[in-house]
Amino acid sequence: MANTGIFNRSALVFLFALGLAAVAVPLLNLVVPSENVLHLPDYLVTLLGKYLCFALLALSVDLVWGFCGILSLGHGAFFALGGYAMGMYLMRQIGARGVYGNPNLPDFMVFLNWPSLPWYWQGFEFFPFAMVMVLLAPGLLALVFGWFAFRSRVTGVYLSIITQAMTYALLLAFFRNDMGFGGNNGLTDFKDILGFNIQAAGVRAVLFSLSALAVGLCFIAARGIVLSKLGLVIAGIRDAEPRVRFLGYRAEHYKLFVFVVSALMAGIAGALYVPQVGIINPSEFAPANSIEAVIWVAFGGRGTLWGAALGAIVINAAKSWFTGALPEAWLYVLGFLFIAVTLFMPKGLAGSFAGWSNLKKTSATPLPTPEMAE
Amino acid sequence: MIPPDVKQNGETLLYLEDVSVSFDGFKALNKLGLDVKRGEMRAIIGPNGAGKSTMMDVITGKTRPDEGRVLFGNVDLTQHDEAAIANLGIGRKFQKPTVFENHSVWENLELALRSNRSPLKALFWKASAKDNAKINDTLELTKLEDLRFSRAANLSHGQKQWLEIGMLLMQEPELLLVDEPVAGMTDSETEKTASLLKTIAGKKSVVVVEHDMDFIQALGVRVTVLHEGSVLAEGSLDAVQKNPRVIEVYLGR
Repeated sequence: MANTGIFNRSALVFLFALGLAAVAVPLLNLVVPSENVLHLPDYLVTLLGKYLCFALLALSVDLVWGFCGILSLGHGAFFALGGYAMGMYLMRQIGARGVYGNPNLPDFMVFLNWPSLPWYWQGFEFFPFAMVMVLLAPGLLALVFGWFAFRSRVTGVYLSIITQAMTYALLLAFFRNDMGFGGNNGLTDFKDILGFNIQAAGVRAVLFSLSALAVGLCFIAARGIVLSKLGLVIAGIRDAEPRVRFLGYRAEHYKLFVFVVSALMAGIAGALYVPQVGIINPSEFAPANSIEAVIWVAFGGRGTLWGAALGAIVINAAKSWFTGALPEAWLYVLGFLFIAVTLFMPKGLAGSFAGWSNLKKTSATPLPTPEMAE
Repeated sequence: MIPPDVKQNGETLLYLEDVSVSFDGFKALNKLGLDVKRGEMRAIIGPNGAGKSTMMDVITGKTRPDEGRVLFGNVDLTQHDEAAIANLGIGRKFQKPTVFENHSVWENLELALRSNRSPLKALFWKASAKDNAKINDTLELTKLEDLRFSRAANLSHGQKQWLEIGMLLMQEPELLLVDEPVAGMTDSETEKTASLLKTIAGKKSVVVVEHDMDFIQALGVRVTVLHEGSVLAEGSLDAVQKNPRVIEVYLGR
């Protein structure tokens, strides 16, 4: 059947669109002269790059929620932790160019009269170390949190509430100056990444393409997971958890596996987000951010992966437009969208697309088999 | 820990002794004892609230007994959880047919297929020709060959019951616990289910909980009557139906 396998039609269309964007956006920005109508201004490159990071976050939420039924309302925490790990590297890259000109300490530490770099900042001047931390920090949090939660068989609304509590606790912790992460100002004023000027158009374009690449690779990995037997098991956990246990599968181990993989993806998204927006602060831990990510997934189509990514891009594009044109209206629009999707498009954008294309197929072929409708 | 008399008796597969469970003061099981031989099929009957499902829960690790011993061969089941007990070789069919509705019939059987249950093994698992043959055999046995690619949600109630029994067989358990396998089935389906279970028994031990007396008659096996969490009577169906205490419980005081 054409509709199975990692690279089915919708997956190929999605990957093609990503690949096209990864090539076209930098070209339109760097090669096409600025007088030309086709020229893409610098700010749009970063904006689109930001959308891709959100798309990756949505993908990670869809993996746990859409396929394993774990409604995490705290995925923003993994995103933010990945972002902080990248931010720490970028802070160390500033060196003596800070306001206080201290070669060893970031500005906020000089301001707080800290004598030396705390132990947990050691090593972040090395890019490979920072990249390991981008994965390790969210991955470890997900592992420890998930181990306790899933082992105690916390499910449903209760799990959602404690994920929310987790990200809120981190929000409060990161607000504190003595945590050593810049308090409520967070980490900003970045200069270089790997020796290249982070503000330069070329670097921005590369970051955009890397974001597209990350979305594409994580999408393929997620497809591989959900189509494997492990994918069958996690969907089984979503639909009938006791049945899975009585078949001899340890549901908690499976949940832990997807939860950690998903947290790693969210961490990568955060790490790509920070150099593009130029700041990471505790507000990224805000519960509202995590809830918004869930809305992107519901809007785009839960359990479809590409739909979740599309939902993130569409809603954030709408948000950019509305907050520019009608700033007061945005929250109402978001609320309305969520209600409308729940009522009229329970399978989201992706489900509606599939419905329309099936409708066309059904009218073309007189006798559809039940399997084809799937 | 395990008394020698049980250890030496190789015939017994499942052994319950003085098992008690209470929920908020209500005694669901009250010093229940049960002894199922290897290869034996046993029918369990009893009015609502007699403790049939609680007994299943205790054996499969869903509920911890307050006291008593539950042995499967030489293994103390009270020390294990559902997944471990399933892997020891106990399969369970629920009262309400519980299959994976969003998965195809084939995928349901594939999930149940005996295999390494660790997540990483599952991630890289590929069906071998032998696995496919096993699934095909079960499809044939449960008469679901033509529905192999259908979503389980589209099956009739009886077909779901059969799929769940098929999943049980894929696990290759030593002991099958079957809760109301013919509820909602037509007479001919009931008949087929009885003959299916009879072919399984002999090779495996089967414990069937059922209300349908005709079905139990058709099975023709030893019957245990539960009442208020303990064994009221045990013997052939005819014998227990003539038992005055059983009549009293079933027909009211």
